[in-house]
Amino acid sequence: MKFVKNALGRLVPDEVNGQKQIPFKGVGKHRPTGRKHAPMISSCIDYPADGNKMLTSIKDALKKCGLKNGMTISTHHHFRNGDLVAQMIFDAAAELGVKNLRWAPSASFECHSSLIKYLEDGTIRHIEGSMNGALGRFTSEGKMKGIGILRSHGGRYQAIQDGELKIDIAVIAAPTADPFGNATGDRGPAACGLLGFALADSQYADKVVVVTDNIVPFPCIPWQIHGNYVDFVVKIDKVGISEKIVSGTTEITKSPDRLLLAEWTAKFCDEAGIIQNGFSFQAGAGGTALSIGIYFADILRERGMKSRWARGGSNKYLVKMMEDGLVDYILDGQTFDLEGVRSMRENPGHVNTSPFTSYNYHGKGNFASMIDVVILGATEVDVNFNANVVTHSDGCLLHGIGGWQNCIFSKCTILPIPLFRDRIPVIRDACTTICGPGELIDVIVTERGIAINPLRKDLIAKMKNSNLPIKTIKQLKDEAEAICGKPDNPEFTKDPVAIIKWVDGTVIDTVWKIKK
Amino acid sequence: MSTIAIAGNKGKGVRSDCQISVSLTKNKGLEITLDSKVKTMYGRSIVELTEKIFNFFGIKNAQVLIEDSGALEFILAARLEYAIKQLIKTDLEFLPEFLKENKDVTTKDRSRISRLYLPGNSPSLMINAGIHNTDGLILDIEDAVAPAKKDEARYLVRNALRALNFYGAERMVRINQGERGLIDLEFIVPHYVNLILIPKCENASQIHSIDAKIAEIKKLHKMKHNVWYMPIIESAQGVINAYQIATASENVVALAIGLEDYTADLGTKRTNEGTESFFARTMLVNASVAAGVQPIDSVFSDVFDMEALKQNVLKSKGLGFVGMGCIHPRQIRVLHEYFAPDSDEIEKAKKIVLAFDDATAKGLGVVSLGTKMIDPPVVKRAMKSIDTAIAAGKLQKDWKKTEMERMADEAVSKKK
Repeated sequence: MKFVKNALGRLVPDEVNGQKQIPFKGVGKHRPTGRKHAPMISSCIDYPADGNKMLTSIKDALKKCGLKNGMTISTHHHFRNGDLVAQMIFDAAAELGVKNLRWAPSASFECHSSLIKYLEDGTIRHIEGSMNGALGRFTSEGKMKGIGILRSHGGRYQAIQDGELKIDIAVIAAPTADPFGNATGDRGPAACGLLGFALADSQYADKVVVVTDNIVPFPCIPWQIHGNYVDFVVKIDKVGISEKIVSGTTEITKSPDRLLLAEWTAKFCDEAGIIQNGFSFQAGAGGTALSIGIYFADILRERGMKSRWARGGSNKYLVKMMEDGLVDYILDGQTFDLEGVRSMRENPGHVNTSPFTSYNYHGKGNFASMIDVVILGATEVDVNFNANVVTHSDGCLLHGIGGWQNCIFSKCTILPIPLFRDRIPVIRDACTTICGPGELIDVIVTERGIAINPLRKDLIAKMKNSNLPIKTIKQLKDEAEAICGKPDNPEFTKDPVAIIKWVDGTVIDTVWKIKK
Repeated sequence: MSTIAIAGNKGKGVRSDCQISVSLTKNKGLEITLDSKVKTMYGRSIVELTEKIFNFFGIKNAQVLIEDSGALEFILAARLEYAIKQLIKTDLEFLPEFLKENKDVTTKDRSRISRLYLPGNSPSLMINAGIHNTDGLILDIEDAVAPAKKDEARYLVRNALRALNFYGAERMVRINQGERGLIDLEFIVPHYVNLILIPKCENASQIHSIDAKIAEIKKLHKMKHNVWYMPIIESAQGVINAYQIATASENVVALAIGLEDYTADLGTKRTNEGTESFFARTMLVNASVAAGVQPIDSVFSDVFDMEALKQNVLKSKGLGFVGMGCIHPRQIRVLHEYFAPDSDEIEKAKKIVLAFDDATAKGLGVVSLGTKMIDPPVVKRAMKSIDTAIAAGKLQKDWKKTEMERMADEAVSKKK
C-alpha cells in the first residue's frame, strides 16, 4: 500500500483491502468509464411459480444464499437505533462458522455496538458504510482487521452501481411484505416510512432476502421493493423496536443558543433572497434544523408564498407545512417520526425517494444539486470552509457521512453550528478529517457571527448592508481560540483505519489510528 | 491523614465545568490526574495551568484530581484556587487576564429594560449568555447558589467578571444579604462590576454600609470607577422605605421589586392580576421617579408562556416601570418589544424631536409643536423613546432622513 497526496493535499492510500483506489481529483474532475455492475441473470425455473418464497429462519436463508467465508452482506438503517436484524444475521453467520465477512450497512447505529464481538472473533473482517459510536472508537483504535470505508448515501449507491462494492447477500428488513418479496416501509408494527436505502442492494446484489414481521397476502401495496428482485422472504417475530425507529431529534430546540442559530440562518436566507415563491429547501433532523423549518414556514405564511418542494427526512413540522399548503411536495429520503410515516401513506404529494434519485453522482443528474438551500451540520470546519462530519477533534471516528456530501451540491449550503462545544472549537485551522471540500460550502452560521465563503461574491454583495453579524471565517476561528484556547491536535500512527470516499468513488481523506 | 478539598461540579448534565479534588502530601511532588473529555485537545494546557497555579500558591506536594467536562481556563482556575484555599491560608489571588472591554463603565441612565439572571456557580449558562442582547447580565450568588456552594461561586464570578465576554451587556452581580454580601463585594468591586443588585433591601442604612465598604475597597485598590446599585425591594418594610432607599446614595440607579418574597411577607399569594402587589408596585414607581432612578419590575416566572409575559410587560409599562428581570433568554426579546414605545408613542416622539431640531436650527430657545410649547423634559423623554424604538428594531436608525424626504414629497404634492 502506497500513500499519495490527493487534490486537497490529504495523504490517501492507493489500495485498500486489496482494491485499487483513486485519489480525489477535485470537484467534478473524475469522469467514470465503462458499464455498470450487473447481477447474475435469474430464471423463473428456480423460483416457485406460486410466488411463495417464504423460509422459516434467517439462518436458513443465509445457507440457501450460499453464504461463504469472505462474502459481503448488506443491511440498511431504516430502523435506525431500533434495528434488530443485523444482529440476527451475524448471530446466524457465527453459528454457521463463517469468517471474514464484509458488512456493508447503509449506516450503523449505537444498537450495533454488540457486533464488536464478531469483529473481534473474525466473523466480520471489516465494515463498509459507517462506523458510529462504539464501532467508530473500535475502528479508530485500530482494532478492526480490514480498513473501513465510509461512503455517503449517494456514494453507496454509486459504489454498488459501479461495482466497487459488490454485494453477495442483501438482507432487507421490511415492516411489511408479501410472500413474493414485495415490501413496504409505510405500514406494519415497525413502520419506518420508506426503504429507499435498500434500492441499490435489491437491484445489484447477487442474492436478496426480505425479512419482515408482518406478512400480508400478495400483493403488498405499495411495493417500495419489488419482489421480482427478491430470492427469499423470512418471517420473524420482530424486526425492530418501533420507539427507537423514529428516534431522530423530533422536537424543535428549546436551547436559546440554537434558536439564535436557527433565527439567523432563516434571516440570512431571507435577506439573501433565497426564500421566494416556489423555492426548495432541505433541513435535517436536528433541533436547530427543525427550528429553521419553522422560521421558513412563518415567512412563507406571512407573505402568502409557498415552497415547490422540500427534501426530507420528514417530520411532523414539515408534514404540517405541507398540510397547511406551504409546500407542494416532500421528496422524502427517510421519515423521522410517525407523522412522517402517516403522511407518506396518506398524502400523494409526500413521495418516497432513494439515494438513486436524490444523491447518486454517477447518474444523469440528481435532486441534491437542484435544491435552493440546504441546512447541514459539521463537527469541524477549517478556515478554507472544508468540513468534517465523521471524526471529532480528538481524532475518533464517531459518525457516518449520511447524505451530507451529496447535499453540499445544493445552490446554497449553510452550516449552522456553535462556534465551540464544551470548549472544543468547531472552526479550526485544519480539520481532523475532510469530508467535503470548502468550495461547496457557502455559509457558516455561528452564535458569534456568520461567515460567507469568499467564493460566493454574490452572497457577500447581497449581505453587504445586513444587520446580521457577518465576519470572516478567520475572525470566527480567532474568536473561538480566544475563548477556548488553541487546541492541540490528536496524535496518530501511520496506520490507516478507514478511508472517506467522495461522491464519485475517489478517496478524499484517510482516518488514522489513534496513538494511545 | 490529609484532608481532601473539593471544588466545582461533575456528573451527569454538568458541562463546561470541572471538579477538583486536592490533598496535600509530604514530599511526592505534584501528582496530577486528569480525566477530561477534552484531554486530547487541552490535556497539556490543563496540566500546565494546574502547575502554574500550584506554583503561584507555593504548593510543591499535592495530589490533584481534575474531573473536567470542558471547563474554560478561567473556570478551571477558579475551581483550582478555591480548592487550594480550603487547605492553606493566603491572601494571594490567581487572577485571569482582564478582557479589555470588561473594564468599560456604564452610565447612570443607560437602558435597563432587560437583565438576565444567571446562577453564579453554573459556568455553562454564563458562556453564551452575552449573545442574547440583554441590557444586563446578572451573576447571581444569592438565591441561585446553594448555601454550601456560595464560597466557591465568588471565585467563579470574580473570574467571569474579568475573562467572560459580556458582549456589551452591563455586568451585574446580585450579592448576598448582610455580612456575606459585604464580603462578596471584595470579590467583585476590584474587577469592575458595573452594578450590584442588593437583595431584600429594607432601609437606607443597608445602602450606607455597602457604600462604605465599596469606598474602602476602591481606596485599597486605588480605583475610581462608579459602581451602581439596584436595590431590590422585597418586603413591606422596604416598600414603605422605598424613597429613602432610592436616595440613600448617589450610586442608586434603579429600584427593583421582588414580588415572590413581598407577597410572602404580606402573607398573601402572588396572582396574575397582581392586585395584592398593586400598592407596592405603584409605590416603587413613585419613589423611583421622585428620586430620579429607574423603576424596575419583578421577573415573570413562566418561561414558556410568551403571551402572558407580553401582557405582564404591557401592564408593567402602564404602571410606569421601565424594565424587568428575565430568567430565560427567550424572555429578553418580548421585554424589548413591549417596553419599547408603541407606534403612537413613536410618532409623537418623532414630531417632538423634529420640532426640537427645527428650533435648534433656528436658534430658538423654546420648542413648540403647533400651538403647544414643549418642555425640555418632554423633549428628553421623546429622544429616549426614539433610542429605545431604534434599539428594539421598531424604527430605522436613519428615520430623520426618511421623514425629511416624506415631508418634502408631501410639500411637492401639495403644490401640485
